Amino acid sequence: MIQALAFYLFASVAVASAVLVISARNPVHSVLFLILAFFNAAGLFVLLGAEFLAMILVVVYVGAVAVLFLFVVMMLDINFSELRQGFLTYLPIGGLVGLVLVAELLAVVVGWTLAPDMVGSAITRTPDAISNTEALGRLLYTHYIYLFQAAGLVLLVAMVGAIVLTHRRRTGVRRQNIGAQIARSAKESIEIRKVPSGKGL
Amino acid sequence: MVEFWDGYGWPAAWMVIKIVAIVLPLMLSIAYLTFAERKVLSAMQLRRGPNVVGPWGLLQPIADGIKLLCKETIVPSGANRGVFLLAPCVTFSLALVAWAVIPFGPGLVLSNINVGVLYLFAISSLGVYGILMAGWASNSKYAFLGALRSAAQMVSYEVSMGFIIITVLLCAGSLNLTDIVMAQKSVWFVVPLLPMAVLFFASALAETNRHPFDLPEAEAELVAGYNVEYSAMTFALFFLGEYANMILMSSMTAVLFLGGWLPPFDIAPFNWIPGPIWFALKISAVLFVFIWVRGAFPRYRYDQLMRLGWKVFLPLSLAGVVIVGALVAWNGGPLAGR
Repeated sequence: MIQALAFYLFASVAVASAVLVISARNPVHSVLFLILAFFNAAGLFVLLGAEFLAMILVVVYVGAVAVLFLFVVMMLDINFSELRQGFLTYLPIGGLVGLVLVAELLAVVVGWTLAPDMVGSAITRTPDAISNTEALGRLLYTHYIYLFQAAGLVLLVAMVGAIVLTHRRRTGVRRQNIGAQIARSAKESIEIRKVPSGKGL
Repeated sequence: MVEFWDGYGWPAAWMVIKIVAIVLPLMLSIAYLTFAERKVLSAMQLRRGPNVVGPWGLLQPIADGIKLLCKETIVPSGANRGVFLLAPCVTFSLALVAWAVIPFGPGLVLSNINVGVLYLFAISSLGVYGILMAGWASNSKYAFLGALRSAAQMVSYEVSMGFIIITVLLCAGSLNLTDIVMAQKSVWFVVPLLPMAVLFFASALAETNRHPFDLPEAEAELVAGYNVEYSAMTFALFFLGEYANMILMSSMTAVLFLGGWLPPFDIAPFNWIPGPIWFALKISAVLFVFIWVRGAFPRYRYDQLMRLGWKVFLPLSLAGVVIVGALVAWNGGPLAGR
């Protein structure tokens, strides 16, 4: 019963916060509601017994991605009234996209079948002796190792690409060159002179 | 009705009792950590420190608490009221919920989950929200700058911290904190993983915004950082959350590297002392180093801080993962199984 209660709590909060993401007037509030939605999705994962996925969802999406999101939204100077101006003109297109999405989702849910070779393995639950994380690792690093590595490479390429696109050396910026600082010796940086009194250098 | 009480009522009540048994000592330790910090710092600077309220000034933290309770909570007129008041609550409650998975002794843990380390990591990565929300909702430039600095710093050091935790996990072969402690029965991980332990401690300093990485609160340039606009209890919640996080990071260091509740040697005079006391002693030792660092080091400059995080700690910890991983694979599996 507690599980059912927890499910309804997480699910209803997730849906409510998802609605608030798109209806909140202030974009920062939207992002905060998005974070709440992520958090409740993590709660649903825990209820499903997928504790590793739940924690990773919190670490990656809430702890890293949403922080950057919040960063950007806080720094932007958004004019809220200007943002709402085109609302009615864009409503038909937006509504159409939404309808198509709903239709597709319905088609997927109604026509849901497991791939024939997966039917057998879907029924076998994780053995009690090994933990959820271990089971996931055993599958990921054996059966799906190539796909897993390919996904990693795609992410690496995306990361390198982002750095290449945004990184530029600006001239005229004074940077600390720690190697050069440490390489200095007393001989080349200090000069001792006897100053005769009353004369100066 | 009896069924209901046996099924839900008593377990829930028992859970509440256990939570109170963790939170009350924690609050007391936070209060006396602030006192210890002032005393240790004053000893380092050849001063007396707080010595007026109560014997040896022992009641000083209580007096401070009462003072903060009696003050007026001010919400700035330009502030975003809801988020402004939510921010300290988020910081404080996140600092408390993380304690659910910390093992205080053999079997002495509120929730012995299999992904304990990940849970701690997730909760500590959420800590940045309280600060960001506070900085933004205050509608003040100093608070916002402090919050931005703090967020960038916490996100940066979290990455290397994650890698360091992975090296420990490789050695222990489990994500469960109790298993990690038990894996250190023969030797604490601080011995084989000493460089990682040092990196972890430095990252913990940065993660908790402590000296020498306390740029978010650099009072000389940012007044007080993200919490300038806060007063009375809202400020106190930030303050308590910060110190609770310090204790949490120390206990994480103790669990991951210093063998948790295990005595240093499993021989007669040492294993007479119960586990929770060893654990508390280890936490106190790490906390003392936290304060010692504050007394001894100058503050980093902001670009140096970022350089240290991304160009020094990250490659070093990544190399650590590769080396430890290779050694563990060569060894034929984690230490725990032997």
